[in-house]
Amino acid sequence: MTQIILTLFNGLSLGSILLLIALGLAITFGLMNVINMAHGELIMIGAYVTYVMQNLFLNYAPQQYFDLYFILSIPIALLIAAGVGMILEFSLIRFLYRRPLDSLLATWGVGLMLQQLARSIFGAPNVGVQSPSFLNGGLEVGTLLFPYSRLFIIGLSIVCLVSIYYYFYRTSSGRRVRAVMQNRQMAECLGVSTRKVDLITFAIGSGFAGVAGCALTLLGAIGPTIGTNYIIDAFMVVVVGGVGALFGAVAGALGIGFFNTVFEYVTNASLGKVLIFLLIIAFLQWRPSGLVTSRSRSLD
Amino acid sequence: MRKKTHYFLLLIVGLVFSMLVACSAADNAANATDPEEDETETETEETTETEETSSEDEDTIKVGILHSLSGTMAISETSVRDSELLAIKEINENGGVLGKQLEPIIEDGASDWPTFAEKAKKLLQQDEVATIFGGWTSASRKAMLPVVEENNGLLWYPVQYEGMEASPNIFYTGAAPNQQIVPAVSWLLENRGTKFFLLGSDYVFPRTANAAIKAQLEAEGGELLAEEYTPLGHTDYNTIIAKIKSEQPEVIFNTLNGDSNVAFFKQLSDAGITSDDITVLSVSVAEEEIKGIGADVIEGHLTSWNYYQTTDTPENEEFVANYKAEYGDDAVTADPIEAGYFGVYLWAKAVEAAGTTDVDAVKEAAKGIEFDAPGGPVKIDGDNQHVYKTVRIGEVRSDGQIDELWNSGEPLKPDPYLEGYDWASELSEALSQ
Amino acid sequence: MQKAIYQSVFNNKVLFTFILLILLLAPLFLSDFRLNLLGKFLAFAILAIGLDLLWGYTGVLSLGHGIFFGLGAYCMAMYLKLEATGGKLPDFMTWSGMQELPLIWLPFQYPIVAIILGILLPAAIAFLLGYLTFRNRINGVYFTILSQALVLVVVTLFIGQQNITGGTSGVTNFETFFGFHVNSSSTQTVIYLITVVVLASVFLGCRKLVKGRLGNVLVGVRDGENRMRFLGYNPSNYKTFVYTLSGGLAGLAGMLFVLQVGIISPTMIGIIPSIEMVLWVALGGRGTLIGPVIGAVFVNAAKTGFSESYPEYWTYFLGALFVIVVVFLPKGLMGLVEMIQERRRKVDVKQSGIKESNIKESSSVEVEKNYS
Repeated sequence: MTQIILTLFNGLSLGSILLLIALGLAITFGLMNVINMAHGELIMIGAYVTYVMQNLFLNYAPQQYFDLYFILSIPIALLIAAGVGMILEFSLIRFLYRRPLDSLLATWGVGLMLQQLARSIFGAPNVGVQSPSFLNGGLEVGTLLFPYSRLFIIGLSIVCLVSIYYYFYRTSSGRRVRAVMQNRQMAECLGVSTRKVDLITFAIGSGFAGVAGCALTLLGAIGPTIGTNYIIDAFMVVVVGGVGALFGAVAGALGIGFFNTVFEYVTNASLGKVLIFLLIIAFLQWRPSGLVTSRSRSLD
Repeated sequence: MRKKTHYFLLLIVGLVFSMLVACSAADNAANATDPEEDETETETEETTETEETSSEDEDTIKVGILHSLSGTMAISETSVRDSELLAIKEINENGGVLGKQLEPIIEDGASDWPTFAEKAKKLLQQDEVATIFGGWTSASRKAMLPVVEENNGLLWYPVQYEGMEASPNIFYTGAAPNQQIVPAVSWLLENRGTKFFLLGSDYVFPRTANAAIKAQLEAEGGELLAEEYTPLGHTDYNTIIAKIKSEQPEVIFNTLNGDSNVAFFKQLSDAGITSDDITVLSVSVAEEEIKGIGADVIEGHLTSWNYYQTTDTPENEEFVANYKAEYGDDAVTADPIEAGYFGVYLWAKAVEAAGTTDVDAVKEAAKGIEFDAPGGPVKIDGDNQHVYKTVRIGEVRSDGQIDELWNSGEPLKPDPYLEGYDWASELSEALSQ
Repeated sequence: MQKAIYQSVFNNKVLFTFILLILLLAPLFLSDFRLNLLGKFLAFAILAIGLDLLWGYTGVLSLGHGIFFGLGAYCMAMYLKLEATGGKLPDFMTWSGMQELPLIWLPFQYPIVAIILGILLPAAIAFLLGYLTFRNRINGVYFTILSQALVLVVVTLFIGQQNITGGTSGVTNFETFFGFHVNSSSTQTVIYLITVVVLASVFLGCRKLVKGRLGNVLVGVRDGENRMRFLGYNPSNYKTFVYTLSGGLAGLAGMLFVLQVGIISPTMIGIIPSIEMVLWVALGGRGTLIGPVIGAVFVNAAKTGFSESYPEYWTYFLGALFVIVVVFLPKGLMGLVEMIQERRRKVDVKQSGIKESNIKESSSVEVEKNYS
C-alpha cells in the first residue's frame, strides 16, 4: 500500500515538474504556434537568476533573511525571463510567425548562443544553490515522507496554472490574447493590437520558463546545459496534451509523469525512458493531435 | 541568359574555393610562426616521421590540449584544461623544456567523441604536436586511442577510469580501478557495512566498475542488494530513492556522472536520508562537483580519490596557492585537476631525460620517472604506463572540502587489469585471451 | 519558374563536371587530414540531399535523420570491428560479460551484407515509421517533434544496450576494410574518391527524380497536401516513399562517414547533430538539391575552421549562423544567388528596354512556398 501511495506521489511530483516546464511552452507553442527551442535556455536563465539572488543575499543581507532569497527570486526570474523573451520576440520571433519550423531552427541557434553566454559569464562548471531551510526535510505521514521541496513544486505549479487560467479566461487582456489566437484578422478589425498581444503572450510564456528554472534549482544541477535536459520532455507534454489547451497540458504532464514513474519502478531508468517515449508515439497514432483537440473546419 | 550562367558559375567556383580556403585558413592561423607550413601540408606521407624533427627545429615545442570546452562535458573538463595550462605556464617560467618554451594548442572536443578523434588527428598530423593532454570520459579516450596509436602520438589522460586498457601510446595519470574502487570497497566492507546498493550512470565506466565490484563483494563477503543505472543527464531520482528505501542498504556505491550527481544528492537529502542512515561513496564527485551539488546536501558522505585539496603536502600548498592566484579565490582543485597538472610535469621530465620529444624515446625515458605531485609522490609504471598513486578515502565537510579518513600509506602499483586479485581472474582472463 | 532558372543553370553540364573535377583532383592539393575532413563533409552532403528531398521538396521536416545516419554507420562499424578483432569478441562485449557474438552481429561478418544492410536497414525503419505516422496524418510540427523524440529513444537504447552497441563509447578502433589498412593514406584517398563518385551519382539520380513527374507531385504535397488528396493522389504514400529514400541515403552517408572518421558513437546520432543536419539544408537552400550539398560542406568547414581558431567562441558563430540564415536568408545561399540574378536581370531589362515575355512571366509568378 505504501508503495502504491509513494509511486502515486512520485508520479504526481514528476508530473508537476513537467507541467511547470511545459506551461510556458504550452503558451508559446500551443497558442502562438512558435516552436521555441530556446525555452530550455529561458529555464536556464531562471535558474541562474536564483543563483545570483542567493549570492546577493549571502553577501549583502543579514543571515536570518537568507531564506527569503528563494521567495524573491521567483518573481524576479519571471520578470527577467519575460524580458529576455520580449527581446527575443521583438528581434527575432516576429519575423517567423508564419514559419513555425523555421522558428524552431532560429531559436535553436539562440539557445546555443545563450548557453555559451552563460558559460562565459558563470563559467562552465555547475553552480550550487542552497535550498532555503524551510524546504529541507519533509512531511511525515505514518511511515511515508513527502519532501517539502516536492510539495512546494506541486503547489507552485498549481499557483502558476491558476494564474494563467485566470489571466486568459477572466481578464480582458487575456480575452484579447485568445481572440488573436483564434482569429487574427477578425481581432485586428475589432481594434486589437495584434503586435502588442504577440509580444505580451510570448513574454508570459518565457516568464513561466523562468519560474520553472527557479523551481528546478531545488532538484538538480544548475549549469549552462540545464535546459537541454528538459526541453524534449516539455515538448512531449504539449504534444500529448494537445496544442492550444491548458487542460491538455495538465493531463499530458500528469500522464507522462505517472507512467514514467511506474515504468521506471518496474524496469529501470533507461528502459523506462524508452518505454514512455514509445508509449507517446503509440498514443499519437491513436490521437494524432493530442488529448484535447480544438475542432476546426479550416483546411489548408 | 549566357551572362547569368557565367555569373552563377563564378559564384559557385568562388564558394568551392572559399570552402577549401576555410579548410586551410585555420592551419595558417595556428601555424603563423611557420610560413613553410603550407608546403609541408602536401608532403603527407612524411608527416609522422618528420614530427619530432620539425618541432625541434623551432624554438618552441607544441603541445596539444584537447578537452570539451562546450557541450555537457565542459562542466568538468574546462578546469582540467586550466590546470594543464597552469603547469605549462610554470614550466615555461622556469625555462621551458630542453631550453624551449612550450606552446599549447587548445582544441575543443565539444563533448562529442568523433570530434575528439578528428581534433586529435588534427593536432598530430597538422600541428605536429609533441604530445596531447586531454580527454575526460572513457568514450573520448577510446575515440582518441586509434588515432594516437596510428600516428604514434602521445596522450596523457588525467581521469580515473574503469581499467582494462593499456595502450602503448597513452599515459594514464588518473587512478586505475585498484587505486580507487577496489580499496574503497574493502574499506567500506570493513567500516561501514556489507549491504551494497550500486548506482551508476548508464555507460562503460559504471558498468565495468560494477562488474568488478560485484566479483569483489562476492569474494570478500559483501551482499549486493541491487544495481541500478540511469541515463546520462537523468534528473529525477525519486523512483531510485524509493527503491533504495525499500532495499535498505548500508552503503550506496555511486558511479553517477556529472549533472546526475547533483540531482541525486539533492533529492536524497530531500527524502530525509542523511549520511548517518546510509553511506554514499562516490568515485566521480570531487571538490569541483561538490560546489555544484551544494555542500549542505552531500556533507558526511564519502569519496575515494588520490588527491584532495586538503591533502597535506608542501607541493599541494604551493599548487593550490598558484591555482587560486591564476583562476580566482573561488576556484577549487580536485583529483583530475591535479592529475592533469602533474601529467604535464611527468611528460616534461621524461622529455628532459630523453633529450628529445621523439615519442619512442620519451616513452622509454618515462619508465620509472618520479615526481612529487601535490597529492604525494607519483611514479610511472613502465609496464602499463599508469602511475603509482596513493589511495585516499575522505568525508565531505560542510564547507565543501574533503577530510581524509584513510589512505593507503604508500603509492600503490597500478593494476588496470586487476591481475593481482583472484576474484577478478574471470574478468582479466576474458580480456587476455 | 524559379525552378526553371535553376534547371537552366544546372543543366549546364560544364559546371557540374567542373565541380566534380575539382573534388576528384582534391587529393593532389590537400593534405591527408584535410582530405579526410572534406571526405567527411561530402558524406554529410549525401545525407543533406536526402533530407532536402524530404524537407525542401515534400515539406516534411525530420529532426530524426541522425537515427538513419547512425544505423548505416553502425552497420559498417560492426563489420569493421569484426574484421579488426578477427572473429573474436569485440572488447566491450567481453567487459559486459557476453560469452558469444550476439545474433544481431552475425550477418555483419560479411562486408557485402553489411553494406547492403547499411542502406536497407535504415530505409526499412524509415518506411515503417513513415507508413505509420503519415497514414495517421501526423503532419508538420507534430511529425517534427515526434522524430526528435524518436532520436531520444534510439540514443537511450543504444547507450543502454552496452553489451551489443558499445554504449556511449560507440564502436571504434578498426583495422582493415576489404583487407586494406583502413587508416592508410592510400585507402583513405580511395574512400574519398568513392565518396565523391557516390555523391555525384546520388545527386544526379535525385535530380532526375525531382525533375520528373514525381518531383511535381512532391512539391504539390508540400504546398497543398489536401488539394493533392482531392486530386486523387495519396500524399502519405509519396511522403513514405521519400522518407524511406532519404533514410536509405542517410544510411549510405553514415557508412562513408565511419570509413573516414573511424568511429561511430551515440553522440553522432543524437539531437544536436540531427538538428545541425537540417541547418545544412537550410543554409544551402531548400528544394535546390545543390544547395544542401554546398550547405553541408560550408557549415562543416566553418564549424571546423571556427572551432580550430576560436575554440572558446565557436558556438556563438554556429548559433548566429542559424539565426541569420533562417531569418534573413530563408532560401539559403541559393536564394542569395537567385536574388542577385534577379537584380541583374532587372538591370538588363531596363537597359535594353526590351520586354521579354518569358522573363516578365518568371518574375511575376511568385508562388509563396509553404514549408511548414
